[in-house]
Amino acid sequence: MDFNDSPEEAAYRDKARAWLAENAAAHLAEHGEPKPTTPEHMAAGKAWQARKAAAGYACITWPAAIGGGGGTPIQSVIFGQEETKAGVGYGYFTIGLGMCVPTVMAFADDATKQRFVSPAVKGEEIWCQLFSEPAGGSDVAALRTRAVKDGEDWVINGQKVWTTGAHYCDYGIVLVRTDVDAPKHKGLTMFWIDMRDPAVEVRPIHQMTGGREFNEVYFTDLRVKDSQRLGGIGDGWKVALVTLMNERLAVGGSAGPDYRQVMELARGLSGANGPALKDTAFREKLADWYVNSQGLKFTRFRTMTALSRGQTPGPESSIGKIISANQLQDLANTAVEAQGEYGILTDPGLSPMEAAFQNSLMWAPGLRIAGGTDEILKNIIAERVLGLPGDVRVDKDVAFKDMPTGR
Amino acid sequence: MDFDYSDDQKFLKDEARKFLAARCPPSVVRGVLDDPAKSYDAGLWSAVAEQGWLGAAIPEDYDGLGLGRVELCAIAEELGRAVAPIPFASTVYILAEAVMAYGSEEQKAAILPRVAAGELIGCLATSEGPGVITPSALQARVEGGKLFGVKIPVTDGDAAAMALVLANEGGRPGLFLVDLKASGVKVETLESLDPTRGVARLTFDGAAADRLGEAGQGFELVQAILDRAAVLLAFEQLGGADRCLEMAREYALGRYAFGRVIAGYQAMKHKLADMYVKNEVARSNAYYGAWALNVDAPELPTAAAAARIAASDAFWFASKESIQVHGGMGFTWDVDCHLYYRRSRQLSLVAGAPKLWKERLVSELEKKNAA
Repeated sequence: MDFNDSPEEAAYRDKARAWLAENAAAHLAEHGEPKPTTPEHMAAGKAWQARKAAAGYACITWPAAIGGGGGTPIQSVIFGQEETKAGVGYGYFTIGLGMCVPTVMAFADDATKQRFVSPAVKGEEIWCQLFSEPAGGSDVAALRTRAVKDGEDWVINGQKVWTTGAHYCDYGIVLVRTDVDAPKHKGLTMFWIDMRDPAVEVRPIHQMTGGREFNEVYFTDLRVKDSQRLGGIGDGWKVALVTLMNERLAVGGSAGPDYRQVMELARGLSGANGPALKDTAFREKLADWYVNSQGLKFTRFRTMTALSRGQTPGPESSIGKIISANQLQDLANTAVEAQGEYGILTDPGLSPMEAAFQNSLMWAPGLRIAGGTDEILKNIIAERVLGLPGDVRVDKDVAFKDMPTGR
Repeated sequence: MDFDYSDDQKFLKDEARKFLAARCPPSVVRGVLDDPAKSYDAGLWSAVAEQGWLGAAIPEDYDGLGLGRVELCAIAEELGRAVAPIPFASTVYILAEAVMAYGSEEQKAAILPRVAAGELIGCLATSEGPGVITPSALQARVEGGKLFGVKIPVTDGDAAAMALVLANEGGRPGLFLVDLKASGVKVETLESLDPTRGVARLTFDGAAADRLGEAGQGFELVQAILDRAAVLLAFEQLGGADRCLEMAREYALGRYAFGRVIAGYQAMKHKLADMYVKNEVARSNAYYGAWALNVDAPELPTAAAAARIAASDAFWFASKESIQVHGGMGFTWDVDCHLYYRRSRQLSLVAGAPKLWKERLVSELEKKNAA
């Protein structure tokens, strides 16, 4: 048990820190800190990604020959930690580089890989993942978007939903149904598509937060070439599983205020019997949040230890989002309630931390759903970690076209 | 970054598990549970002494094995799994650790080799009734080197030959080593929630008291000793919580209701997943505590508190929900669930209830935050 870096890790961290100190300052001098969702913010994100790629700090674990850093998983984690501390970081590339491009690398032909991988690493092109549908949220394989063979091409019709970043993405990977006579998992096929095709319509979803980060995507006679297929016809579920496995590695802890911010807030708030921070019930909650946060942090350290020993990380990493999303909701609510009537205010000019607690309160329900609901994640732990039986699936051997739909 | 047991430590842990599977099956635990005259299993105690576990972290100069605290954590985890009915925590985590940290050379030489050999059982005597003992409430006193007062409850007090006693000396709290076999000591065994561990009332009437550490520092010393013990206890709790999850899982996979194993129902799956999540949070916090204890890091107070809070929560949850998964069977004397349910309460309270540790943790965080 040693929680410090090994000499090699420390050397890498020093190198990364030095590079970040110099380059983060240069980057910020050039771009400043533009408001999220603006074109300036996107431009800054792309510039930062290009800078990292040139120095070998983008896709650190990928081979240098395809634009990666040729490094180890633990180096990637170390760089991520230092990048966060340096206060520079953009979320535009997580889904593409974490999930979509690895799927392209695993299933596309050489020419396609040649065409797409390097520009994605450099941040020149951004990818999105189009799996979810109104009829298939947690039950992804129940999706209805159809692709029908027409000569050498396929024609896609249907609708996707919850597509993060579809409104700014250049390319996407899409899971569609190519055989309605097969049971649901057997009739799927994966393609990559051009998001700028006029047959693709992106409609932002107005979320309960007030923001519009996710989208509905409609396909109306979208023609794709057979060479855009990733994996075999009918093998889409297997391909999707590769994408989803990478998702678990790519999606980290949820951002947002933590126990430190709530503690800071409570220091200055008055409760019924003095400062809110002195309230016993409040202090017990603080302790629980701290313990959970540390538990997650050290669980990541255990994963890193497994990686640095050349082992495959164990199932312990699957617990992260269950804890962090729930905790964020609880923590934000406690912080908002502690403000009394004032807690209703979301005016960033008036509310503590520019209304970060109120924002988190509104984001948390989404975090508990996105990338696997609490319930699905618990099923995953129960089935894959503890080896318990799967849920009863009455649709397993039924042809898709004969499945009850309810709507 | 190296946040796991080493291969050698894993080997030690595996060996400990095999040893305890052979020497401490539930029948041994029940032997103590069912016999009011027994406060621990003497055969297991001797066997554990022969393994060298009592002196695992004691330096070789004092007849110990001279291993690190992480090795002791690995042993603790296995003892917790086996709900071992022996006064290991009181003797090793508390008495031996206290003497190693604060004892004079003379005290070390007199006590540590006897602990390592299994000849001396220890206990910690601070409590004087319900609630938390505070400086103003402390009644026990030492006058002219003689101790007077009553301590209740004292875990392992009926088996111990030596107690660490918190008492006032000249109006200031101190910590004292007291030979329980000498004159002026009355020991009464008490009934408790976990009869697999002994509990006593100790009455002192002029017993010889030998001060450990600095005068007037009794409360600080006890807290520092409990910080160390808390990490080791957290590993016992973790071992117990893991075993509860295993038992619940095995039972749920073998029990049929409504035509299928109950482990296939989502209500059961989610309950077991919740246990798993709590156990992993406890494990990660315990590992950090083990590191802090092993290198005596300044982070020890917060690391120990976090380890204890997480482990207390995990073991409590796992022990109560394991009974629930077992259904009516879980409520019977014959099924082992209640051994863990009892032990989860004993371990959570023996070094201060979680509520106290939560307060301590937040106070530490406040200090850190203010600095």
